Amino acid sequence: MDMVLAVIVAKYNYWVYVVLMMIGFYAMIGKRNLVKKLIGMNIFQTAIILMFVSAGVKHGAKIPILDKYEVLKHGVDATGVVNPLPHVLMLTAIVVAVSITGVALAILLRIYREYGTLEEDEILEKLGK
Amino acid sequence: MSASNLHMYVMIAPLLTAFFVNLLGRRSRAWLAPLALGSLAFSSLASLVVLGRVVRSGGYRYTVGNWTPPFGIELVVDHLSALMLVLISLVALAATLSALKSAEQELPGREHLFFTLYLILIAGLMGLVLTADAFNLYVLLEITSITTYGLIAMGKGRAPLASFNYIIMGSIGACFYLLGVGYLYLMTGTLNMADIARILPDISGGAAVATALAFMLVGLWVKMALFPLHGWLPSAYSLAPTGAALLVAPLMTKVTIYLMVRVMFSIFSVDYLFLQNPLVQSGIVWAAAIGIVCASALALAQRNLKRMLTYIIVAEVGYMVGGVWLANSTGMTGALLHIVNDALMTLCLFLAAAAIYYRLGSLDFDRLQGIYRKMPVTMAAFTVGAFSMIGVPPTAGFFSKWYLILGGIESGHWEYVAALLFSSLVNAVLFFRIIEIGYFFKSGEHHGHELREEAPLLMQVPLLISAVALIVIGLGSGPLVDSVIRMALPGGF
Repeated sequence: MDMVLAVIVAKYNYWVYVVLMMIGFYAMIGKRNLVKKLIGMNIFQTAIILMFVSAGVKHGAKIPILDKYEVLKHGVDATGVVNPLPHVLMLTAIVVAVSITGVALAILLRIYREYGTLEEDEILEKLGK
Repeated sequence: MSASNLHMYVMIAPLLTAFFVNLLGRRSRAWLAPLALGSLAFSSLASLVVLGRVVRSGGYRYTVGNWTPPFGIELVVDHLSALMLVLISLVALAATLSALKSAEQELPGREHLFFTLYLILIAGLMGLVLTADAFNLYVLLEITSITTYGLIAMGKGRAPLASFNYIIMGSIGACFYLLGVGYLYLMTGTLNMADIARILPDISGGAAVATALAFMLVGLWVKMALFPLHGWLPSAYSLAPTGAALLVAPLMTKVTIYLMVRVMFSIFSVDYLFLQNPLVQSGIVWAAAIGIVCASALALAQRNLKRMLTYIIVAEVGYMVGGVWLANSTGMTGALLHIVNDALMTLCLFLAAAAIYYRLGSLDFDRLQGIYRKMPVTMAAFTVGAFSMIGVPPTAGFFSKWYLILGGIESGHWEYVAALLFSSLVNAVLFFRIIEIGYFFKSGEHHGHELREEAPLLMQVPLLISAVALIVIGLGSGPLVDSVIRMALPGGF
């Protein structure tokens, strides 16, 4: 038990992302309300964003904003600054997530106008008639 | 415009035109045809020049904005990506001709919006085949997906619902791919495919790398609708506006298969994929074989031409995934040739379906009675496409299927060979049923003489060209394989 706990605590950021991802996955697959599915998708994407960002962390390191002249003179001390690349990648991933959410909300609006509900069961019932 | 960055102009032409289509098309729809067709004709010509140069003097790599790799984004123009570039621009050009007519009929007043998304989707597909950066690939994958969601949701009736299901499934696929890229980045610290491939053999941590590969593959399989991850595809493609299906059905799944090939052989190696894990390799061939059989059986149950075609697409995805994972050069050649052939036959069949839908307003089987007398030219081209799908020589479909079957025999995967033959038989049943309904059954409404009522010329021309192309490529598949496909085989084959 102690061993398991030690493993979990040592890499707790990855466990958090796995748990979040599973919550999102469950919502996307298991929920019958279309908005809840969409929220599940957002949780799923956020979990991945958190994983990337937490991968850039270094203990005791500074933010990656450097003095140009200092760098030209002494070079960069890579252990002294946080890795900025995952953050930059995730800015792009956030843009992608936002645009997918936007498109999905617009489509939900059309579905609601057409069927008057966002419950999947009720929509299928109306389609069956 | 210098010669060495011509491939950039191939991609940028539809992207820039998309904005002009939106601005000018809003004022007058007369702008749409010249802008869309002009940019795609330019892309087609330029991509042919790029392919010619690659065949003559070999592939090359291109760094965007002089940011040297592995830090900057690199593009790769080799035999395979140049071939895909030609395929995408030519298929898009043919599809656009027909889509102009069907969008006029189905989406009056919203055509400029439709063609804006349409052109961005084409630019995204071209970017996908060019990129050599794992994260850039994710971004372009989402660009193509988001435009496709929008295009599908423009359809009538249940289309928004189908599009929403596609969004959920497509996002799961893309997120899995991104997760795989994340694992690789954590292990290697780089995103450039060639750089990852250089570092991977030297690092320990086999489980993390294997997980990364699994996530990336499953993500792409969801996107390409490999059975049993195909659930979203039939509804999404059959409910989409006709013009959107014309472009999306031939290209999306095929480009995703290209991406699978790219990820497998540009990041990982033949040695890692096939030799170290033979069980995984045969497992995937088995899964593809089962997928082919199940998707073909499901196609039999459909009573609508377009829905039937979408299930055939799912079966064809199984052909190509199986062919790639057969792990010999014959199967690989067959899979790459089948990417080209399948895109063209799907294009031909969907163009025929679009022409029929334009006149009849429905594609249900009982409405197709007497269709051969009503639209003889359309149905002649449809029959060529159908023969190619079945695999009748000398149409293109026969030759790639021949390579795939030989590859299956060579590697001893008899279940794959059996699945291919079964699927060909089912395709024969499917298409001869349509030919029977369309040729021999008389429609009840007209007695005696049938009215001949062909689709407009703008829809017939691309249809006939694609039907002729199927036969020409079939007869010319020897030179095509020798000069392009053999060179496009990844290293190690």
